[in-house]
Amino acid sequence: MIRFENVGMRYGTGPEVLRDVSFTLEPGTFHFLTGASGAGKSSLLRLMYLAHRPSRGLITMFGHDVASLKRAELPPLRRRIGVVFQDFQLLDHLSALDNVALPLRVAGAKEGQVREHVAELLSWVGLGDHLNDKPATLSGGQQQRVAIARAVITRPSLLLADEPTGNVDDRIGMRLLHLFEELNKLGTTIVIATHNEMMIERFGYARMVLDKGMLQHLPRNATATRIA
Amino acid sequence: MFRTHYDLPLQRDVTGRFLPWIIALMVYLAILALAGSMVLSGMAQRWDRGLAGTLTIQVPPLPDGQPSLDARVESALGVLRATPGISRAEPLKSEQMAGLLEPWLGDGALSAGLPVPALIDVTMSGGRIDVRGLAQRLKAAVPGAEVDDHAAWLKDVLTIARAVETVALGVVALVGGAAVATVIFVSRAGLAIHGAVVELLHVMGAPDRYVARQFQSHVLGLAVRGGIAGTVLAAATLFGLTRASGEFSAGLMPDMSLTPLQFLSLAGVPLIAALLAAVTARLTVMRALARLP
Repeated sequence: MIRFENVGMRYGTGPEVLRDVSFTLEPGTFHFLTGASGAGKSSLLRLMYLAHRPSRGLITMFGHDVASLKRAELPPLRRRIGVVFQDFQLLDHLSALDNVALPLRVAGAKEGQVREHVAELLSWVGLGDHLNDKPATLSGGQQQRVAIARAVITRPSLLLADEPTGNVDDRIGMRLLHLFEELNKLGTTIVIATHNEMMIERFGYARMVLDKGMLQHLPRNATATRIA
Repeated sequence: MFRTHYDLPLQRDVTGRFLPWIIALMVYLAILALAGSMVLSGMAQRWDRGLAGTLTIQVPPLPDGQPSLDARVESALGVLRATPGISRAEPLKSEQMAGLLEPWLGDGALSAGLPVPALIDVTMSGGRIDVRGLAQRLKAAVPGAEVDDHAAWLKDVLTIARAVETVALGVVALVGGAAVATVIFVSRAGLAIHGAVVELLHVMGAPDRYVARQFQSHVLGLAVRGGIAGTVLAAATLFGLTRASGEFSAGLMPDMSLTPLQFLSLAGVPLIAALLAAVTARLTVMRALARLP
């Protein structure tokens, strides 16, 4: 379970980019995170994948109060979180296979299992012929699929995705969303930050809406116009 | 210890390319400084050991030759034999005197009629004897005779040897400090260049040691390469110097050879340099990563 209670966040001494954010994500739930550009979606995601400390409030991740954990206790929690970045953040010098293998290697998986696992997943996302290709030789959509494969390879407890279908056509986009649904059925909590209203309405999951750093919740199948 | 797979593209860093050269130079300087220190230390110890418990009596010839030098030497020997604590008193033979003078004056220095004093080599049987009293008795029996217990000369030589040794060790310390500073710079530059990748690994849940290990292995590889090059260069230089000193007049040059144990300890310099570099890289990176949330 993930719980935010009255969380505020600021960068350095700047103004608060998130204010009094409170929500609870039950295990195995699926959420869309929406909001205008600059509303604080990426900052909220940064807090959720433990890349930033809140300036106030309480964050509980998987039953642990993050503020009370020692620094050395955070990496195991981070390994339970998969992240798809908006700019992919693939490593240019590594092949698609090695990029996807990163979380497994970080987690100390045996090298023999890594290749087999990764090749299987990359084939599933349609990149079976590009295992050894470097990101620079892949199209935007292919890079996005590598990024998504990297986020889900460890079957994380929480998957955070920032505009994961932004660079792919509708067919691939739907396929990726179905992949997220499959993961969700296996118990992974999913949070997808997106502007894609059509996708949100089609899948109809609960929606978290950020507006000027404040969070509002909409139930399943609600539309954004209801908070206007 | 050497990873074949790096998540961080450290091999591409321009900053790391000069590290092997710097380590090579530092290992070279450190080995030469240490070797110099060892040679000096060995020489000082040999002199100290060789001269401890000995005296040299110098009996100069009188201008008019009366009594003769041999008679004066006999008188001096008489005084020495009567002195408790002296186990042996032996005048240097003319061949030995010629051997001592040859490097300075050439062949035939003795036969040229130079007024060369006679030398008596004295060995003490242990314990201290009254050197001043002995000198006075000798002067009374053999006017002009002098006692040299080597103490003043040896003290000066040992002081100089120790000073040079200290300077050599200081050079080694400075070289080590410079190597550490260079590795810190290279590691920090690597962290700055690959900040985005480091942050990505951090977000993925990589412990600090996972990232630090990659820097450590990379720097270790560079330092080993540099260390080997520096050692080969230093070995060639030492070999050349040893040969050159051997070709000098054996009487003028002290023994500059090193023992096998000393050679072995010099071979440890590149190992220590590589370990120092690796540990420095690890600590630098760990310290920098500790600032991440």
